[in-house]
Amino acid sequence: MSAWKPTAGERVFDLFNIVLLAVLSLLFLIPFLAVLSTSFISAEESMRRGAFVLIPERVDFGAYDMLLSRGMIIYNAYKVTLFRVVVGTFLNLAFTATLAYGLARRTLPGRNVLVLIVFLTMIFHGGLIPNYMLIDAVGLKDSLWVLVIPGLISAWNLFIMRNFFLTLPEELEESAVIDGATPAVILLKIIVPLSMPAIATIGLFYAVHHWNDWFGASIYINSQSKQPIQVIMRNILLTGVVHDETQLEFIKDPPPAATLKSAVIIISTLPILLVYPFIQKYFVKGMLVGSVKG
Amino acid sequence: MKLWPAVRLHRFYYYLILPGMLYFVVFDYIPMFGIVIAFKDLSPFEGVRGIFTGDWVGFKHFVRFWNSYYFWNVMRNTLLISGYKLLFGFPASIALALLLNELRHVMFKRVVQTISYLPHFISTVVVAGLAMMILSTDGGLINAVIVHFGGEPIHFLGSPDHFRSVLVISHVWQSIGWGSILYLAAMTGIDPGLYEAARMDGAGRLRQAWHITLPGITPVIAIMLILSIGGLLNAGFEKVLLLYSPAVYEVADIIDTYVYREGLTQLNYSFATAVGLFKNVIAMILILGANYIAKRMNQTGIW
Repeated sequence: MSAWKPTAGERVFDLFNIVLLAVLSLLFLIPFLAVLSTSFISAEESMRRGAFVLIPERVDFGAYDMLLSRGMIIYNAYKVTLFRVVVGTFLNLAFTATLAYGLARRTLPGRNVLVLIVFLTMIFHGGLIPNYMLIDAVGLKDSLWVLVIPGLISAWNLFIMRNFFLTLPEELEESAVIDGATPAVILLKIIVPLSMPAIATIGLFYAVHHWNDWFGASIYINSQSKQPIQVIMRNILLTGVVHDETQLEFIKDPPPAATLKSAVIIISTLPILLVYPFIQKYFVKGMLVGSVKG
Repeated sequence: MKLWPAVRLHRFYYYLILPGMLYFVVFDYIPMFGIVIAFKDLSPFEGVRGIFTGDWVGFKHFVRFWNSYYFWNVMRNTLLISGYKLLFGFPASIALALLLNELRHVMFKRVVQTISYLPHFISTVVVAGLAMMILSTDGGLINAVIVHFGGEPIHFLGSPDHFRSVLVISHVWQSIGWGSILYLAAMTGIDPGLYEAARMDGAGRLRQAWHITLPGITPVIAIMLILSIGGLLNAGFEKVLLLYSPAVYEVADIIDTYVYREGLTQLNYSFATAVGLFKNVIAMILILGANYIAKRMNQTGIW
């Protein structure tokens, strides 16, 4: 490419392209910036300038103060979310990797039937009500485990992982067998270390799902103490209920509703915004492993 | 080798498989048998016992659904919302990938990519929250602009004229970047010699994009298009559920939200299961059909 000098027309095109993509990037960022700014305005400024501002005159932490220091709801919801991300992702990986590894064994008798059984769940399922009745019947309702167990394995992730295991050379295991290694030793000492890229990628997929999911918790969990941050956020955004009234009475100038809602969005999104730039490239890689190669 | 010795030889792997298979049996296959309640009359107060004790009613619930006003309403909304998303969202990702591919400044390209993938990682709750705040009539960003230019504020989320547009635009906003990844990956696989040759023949950047890049990613485009046809009945359950209100049911109610309301809020378990089963069967036919077409076109298919 460098051997060619760009023509005038190409320069115009390049400039146009850069401007277009810069504007597009702004369109992705502005909603977040608007919410960030709005979360910092005071009741007084909101009265004067309207509920939303792009640049606050003075940074006011009233909303954060109220959400983070008066009442434990947010902290508690964070604990629930943390539990489901850490414990949930660990169990996801343990169950997915063992099944994927077993199903990747080319000589396993009955392998095709087992793969078919998993595969069918991708195209046909019972639907909302039968699932709901099952969760109810096995006693998972209103338990923290309902956030973890019903989504233990995603068939999609399972097949990505199995594809990865299938790319590992068989000779590797054969030589280990000759050296006297048992299957368990091979799995833990050879396969797992070699598979770290795939395990990390799938783990990230599961972790982000746990972080963002709200629907399961919203239908299966009743006690407020077991609700993850996304459900708390939905309740606040939809109904505007932040705390019980008794706590609100002690606040002289409660922050405006839009400011509180903005602060809630920021509080519950900040962690993922902070880690996102660092994990993004792994996602991209994982996406390619899974879909292009197939 | 005889079967039994082979099985014994592999027993370690069966132990590994067992917990995972058990999971699929309990959490996927048992609910599959649960769909019998679509053919029964079930009282939710009887709980699971009702599956065995309820009276068989044949296709009563299906017929009731087909004959109800809701059937056409819900089908129309599902297909329209899903169809618009496909119509606008699908080419948007391809266009973004083409533009990104033409960027020669590597750092700038990375920054744009990182920013455009971002909304994909944000929870639906946050996206719905952002939409509600930006579209709010009480000083929301969009209405502030409308008022600034002398217009009347519009109650976007409560108006049947605008609700679907909000869904579709927010969908494009959320998915355009992530959707472009696959196309960008496919573009890296195109033989650079083709571009050299095109330059020799005097083709500019636009002609190269049109005659080399686009044809180069056509197989991926075809696969993605076929895949999305399989998901045509999924119009985005969670976002509709978060954003809709009785004022816009007429244009917003999709099959999934209807099942949710009938089943979990009205407690019509049997009827809701029948509606869900109807959707599931149609979706399965779409997926199998789409895969059949993919196989015909690419010899490989999706599975």
